[in-house]
Amino acid sequence: MTQLPAPGATPAAPPPAEPLPTTTPARPRWRETLGLLARNPTAAVSATVLVLIVLVAVFDETLAPYGPNEQDPSLQLQPPSRDHPFGTDEFGRDVFSRVILGAGTSLRVGFLSVAFALVVGTLIGLVAGYYGRWVDDTLMRLMDVLFAFPAVLLAIAIVAIRGAGPANAILAIGIVYVPIFARVTRASVLGVREEVYVRASRSVGASDWRLITRHVLPNAAPPIIVQTSVSLAFAVLAEAALSFLGLGPRRPNPSWGLMLADGRGFIEQAWWYAVFPGLAIVVTVLCFNLLGDGLRDVLDPRQRTLMAGGGR
Amino acid sequence: MTAPLLEVEDLRVDLRTPRGTAHVVNGLSYTVGPGETVAVVGESGSGKSVSVLALLGLLPERTATVTGRALLQGEDLLTMAPERLRRVRGPGVGMVFQDPMTSLNPVLTVGRQLTEGLRAHGPVSKAAARARAVELLGEVGLPDPGRAVDRYPHELSGGMRQRVVIAMALANSPALLVADEATTALDVTVQAQIIDLVERLQAEQGTGVIWITHDLGVVAGIADRVLVMYGGRCVEDGTVDDVLERPVHPYTRGLLGALPDLATADDADLATIPGTPPAPTDLPAGCVFWPRCPVRGDARCETEQPPLAVVGAGGGELPHRAATWCAEGEAS
Repeated sequence: MTQLPAPGATPAAPPPAEPLPTTTPARPRWRETLGLLARNPTAAVSATVLVLIVLVAVFDETLAPYGPNEQDPSLQLQPPSRDHPFGTDEFGRDVFSRVILGAGTSLRVGFLSVAFALVVGTLIGLVAGYYGRWVDDTLMRLMDVLFAFPAVLLAIAIVAIRGAGPANAILAIGIVYVPIFARVTRASVLGVREEVYVRASRSVGASDWRLITRHVLPNAAPPIIVQTSVSLAFAVLAEAALSFLGLGPRRPNPSWGLMLADGRGFIEQAWWYAVFPGLAIVVTVLCFNLLGDGLRDVLDPRQRTLMAGGGR
Repeated sequence: MTAPLLEVEDLRVDLRTPRGTAHVVNGLSYTVGPGETVAVVGESGSGKSVSVLALLGLLPERTATVTGRALLQGEDLLTMAPERLRRVRGPGVGMVFQDPMTSLNPVLTVGRQLTEGLRAHGPVSKAAARARAVELLGEVGLPDPGRAVDRYPHELSGGMRQRVVIAMALANSPALLVADEATTALDVTVQAQIIDLVERLQAEQGTGVIWITHDLGVVAGIADRVLVMYGGRCVEDGTVDDVLERPVHPYTRGLLGALPDLATADDADLATIPGTPPAPTDLPAGCVFWPRCPVRGDARCETEQPPLAVVGAGGGELPHRAATWCAEGEAS
């Protein structure tokens, strides 16, 4: 035998002095992430359903067969039928239309409140984790104070002070989630801050701002992304809870939480009145949670290697 | 002798740890002249890395206490204002870190990281920075630098990454280059390339180099002077010839004696220094090396710390010094 067969070696090309390793094709990381996510069935289905829900919320006026407050006194509390697939409520309004039209309210409150918490919380966590010492102590003790209150109680208190309404519901839910994002970010930053590449970059004279934006934040991001997805689920739920308690959007605007609250009174005569808005909440929350789980798996470098290896 | 580039005087670093204060560097003094290469050798844990990280203020502030003086071209690095220190990092002192796997940010391309130093020290256009990055990658011997510049660290091998890390340190043509185990991860041919590159820089720009390593072969090849560290102290220093050919300190002798060579019979046991280095939280009184010392030829070994004193005929500009009670009479 003159030569050992080289496993996996390309037979044609003679090896240069040091060939560029070809294990990973040169493609951006986010595309790799999307690819892995698509191969995770649960996450892929959740993402698809969420996209559908968002589309429904965007085109609600076109999709809803009736207006939100179109009443038909002759059709009070009718069971699901061909004309009214989710039945009607006590004023003869079409539950199907109202569930569709309520999606916008629920998602808007969810997205905006989480966006608020994400921006403010991440900023606080970044600054606290990166600078440490008294900055860290001050900011995180403040967060602890916020965290000490039960979430819904705190939201109710904020709404009670500022008055009910969608804008205040967004603010209240947002404030409630700020400490969660601050903590997740800080924990992640504490780890990344000690990485050699941060030190290496500092050793060539990079400024704090550069270190934070280029090195610390991108590498600390995966847990924050997962937290965002999970928080969206909670925020939709919180919006429903606040509406249910009469602290969110006001009647007669359609909102899943409000419909659930109103339908509760008729649960014995008309189960569809409460069940369909409830189902909408369940499906949305479940999808956000499952997507969060999928993201967590995909963004974890160790899991990622396993999955990438297994897929090829 | 021309004015030294770097003058370190009585550098001490204490780190607060859960098990008490660790005295990691204990009164280290040395100078590095322009164009000179000083090799710092010693076992793991002897304080080599910490002593250079301390120079650039790269130790965690809340746990590290650094005292002494470290004059870079006459300016004390240890008392410098943070913004001034930031300006010195890069053009003043460039640093190569030892672990190529963790020294690069996984989410940035090689080019972005290479040009970071350039762009941190003045306005450089994207195109110019990129051109310089390609040039630097070529200089450190990376094949196909035009393509490598757009790659991510995980797409490069360990040796290639190490060369990127070296290129990063060289980007601002530093007056002083600190290489912490810079070539340990590389195979010998690449190692030789890097050493050539550094020597060329020294000749062209008068770069001073601190080369931390435990590879005594490299030391013999590149260093002008050698500083042997043990337990956070300098136990012996001098010219390469003095230290490697005529070692005085029992530790240096042990280190040199532990070098295997090709002539050693296959079944012969490798020579070692018995025992382990002292814990920096619990340094022995007296000579730091005495618990492991095969000689212990003096009553003062266990109680009194030997000073770093000139030994041998030397003297002059580059004296051969050693901190041991056991040198007298033996060095001639």
